[in-house]
Amino acid sequence: MNKVFHVMYDDDDKLMEAARELVGKGVHVNDVYSPFPIHGIDPIIGVKRTRLAIASFMYAMTGTSLALLGMWYFMISDWPMNIGGKPSFSLFENIPAFIPVTFEFSVLCGAHGMAITYFLRNGTLPGMPASNPDPRTTDDKFVMEIKTSNNDLDAKKLEAAIKKTALLELSIKDVK
Amino acid sequence: MEFKFEGRAKLLTQILMVVGLIALIGGYLTDHSHGHQRWWANLLVNGFFYFSISVAALFFYALQYATESAWSVVLKRFFEAMWGFLPYGAAVMVIVIAAGQFHMHHLYHWMDPTLYDPTHGNYDAIIAGKSAYFNPTFFWGRTIAYLATFIGFAHFFRKWSLKEDAEPSLDLHYFQFRRSAMFIVFFAVFSSTMAWDWVMSIDTHWFSTLFGWYIFSGMWVSMIIFTNVCMLWLRSKGYFQDVNESHMHDLGKWMFAIAMLWSYLFFSQFMLIWYSNIPEEVTYYVSRLFSDEYRVPFLTMFFINFAVPFYVLLPRDTKRNPKFLLPVAFLIFAGHFADVYLLVIPGTLFNHHDFGFFEVGLFLGFLGLFINRTLTTLSKASLVPKNHPMLQESKDLHY
Repeated sequence: MNKVFHVMYDDDDKLMEAARELVGKGVHVNDVYSPFPIHGIDPIIGVKRTRLAIASFMYAMTGTSLALLGMWYFMISDWPMNIGGKPSFSLFENIPAFIPVTFEFSVLCGAHGMAITYFLRNGTLPGMPASNPDPRTTDDKFVMEIKTSNNDLDAKKLEAAIKKTALLELSIKDVK
Repeated sequence: MEFKFEGRAKLLTQILMVVGLIALIGGYLTDHSHGHQRWWANLLVNGFFYFSISVAALFFYALQYATESAWSVVLKRFFEAMWGFLPYGAAVMVIVIAAGQFHMHHLYHWMDPTLYDPTHGNYDAIIAGKSAYFNPTFFWGRTIAYLATFIGFAHFFRKWSLKEDAEPSLDLHYFQFRRSAMFIVFFAVFSSTMAWDWVMSIDTHWFSTLFGWYIFSGMWVSMIIFTNVCMLWLRSKGYFQDVNESHMHDLGKWMFAIAMLWSYLFFSQFMLIWYSNIPEEVTYYVSRLFSDEYRVPFLTMFFINFAVPFYVLLPRDTKRNPKFLLPVAFLIFAGHFADVYLLVIPGTLFNHHDFGFFEVGLFLGFLGLFINRTLTTLSKASLVPKNHPMLQESKDLHY
């Protein structure tokens, strides 16, 4: 039977200190639940750098391409427009006029794509069930999650190590 | 810790200055254009480019004080050091403008008094309409006001900064905070009018309301690049050890951000003029984009100053890696010099321009003088502003 430990702290500094201590003993911390981002926790518990920025860049480039494609179709190909003596019916020669819209559309796609990816990846889109172990982590408590399934140490050793930290509460649950 | 300016670095700046001096003399003797127009135009380009970097350092310093920013405190002595060039840049600007006033060259077409005389054959109704702004008294009054404001504020900022080193005082810090805010008010007006007076007036018939901000963003990004490169060098020599990776990353972000600000303003100015296509406005771009002389340099300049920093400096890691940062920094520093060059030259030399040893030599000479003045000023005070109230916060910068 695998176990999951939810260790609660009442201060983010205490949690950081505990995480540093446990990681030093070879414990793998699965996740941390906190009401706000804890500065500097990522490298301690071994969270990899986010690739959200790369995703955002790709969404923005998609936006750029779509905007240019759209304007080429509307303004040049389907119904050629002559606005203010800017004819030439060529996307390239008219491109300065299309840059503001292209820019805005790139930002729109980049920002929305990034936000939706973020919510999906975190499982926090509206209507998704909360994976939060304790509602108090949305207020003023900090919970560290440790699983036996991805740790080399057994449950007893883990519990002993956890109890040496400055914890507030410890809940142990059996999971399949 | 004090910086010692000696050895190879000092020798190199002196060699550059000698190269510049040779270019200056050789250029004057070999320049056979009417009134040594090419020589004066390049003196204006270089004088303005490097003077504006100094002014941008002054602005950025005041901005850090006025916003009570902590991160930049460990860098503040370097910003102060860049003001060492202010009197030299000011002298070059005064010489160039005064020479124009005495009709030794014709960089500033509007300095010709016959343009304002309705009975004269040279009478130009459009320029005559601007005579209230262009009359010599008002023009020289403005020029002296800019120089006095910049040099005066730089003098006092430096004095107060050194005084803080000697005796810790929170009152002095808040006093500097208020004076910095005051400087920014002056700078807001003067950075625009200075750009109109010294650069935009070359194309006398033409005008652009955002020209001042365009020049301002250009000088700002050049200053950040210069700081970034010097800081990489100084840190490798064991100075500025309080400047950590996060400070360098911040400088990289500034470089990226202001390069984008410049691109935005460049494009805004271009796009509106291109779209409306009014003859009195569009001539400025016609002479740059539709002439064989300037078309390629102008487009290359925009590509380098926009696309290179955008695509190279966008990811986090390249801003932290000197192997990416340095080539981009050198490239867009040259790009922004080319920007100033293309602001001045098409309106002064028209299609007779030439780019040769003289231009390169003068650029290097001014660069040598600028670095020399900066590092000399840097060596005159402690590198750490030891009594600044936010020093520790700045040292602890991390993310």
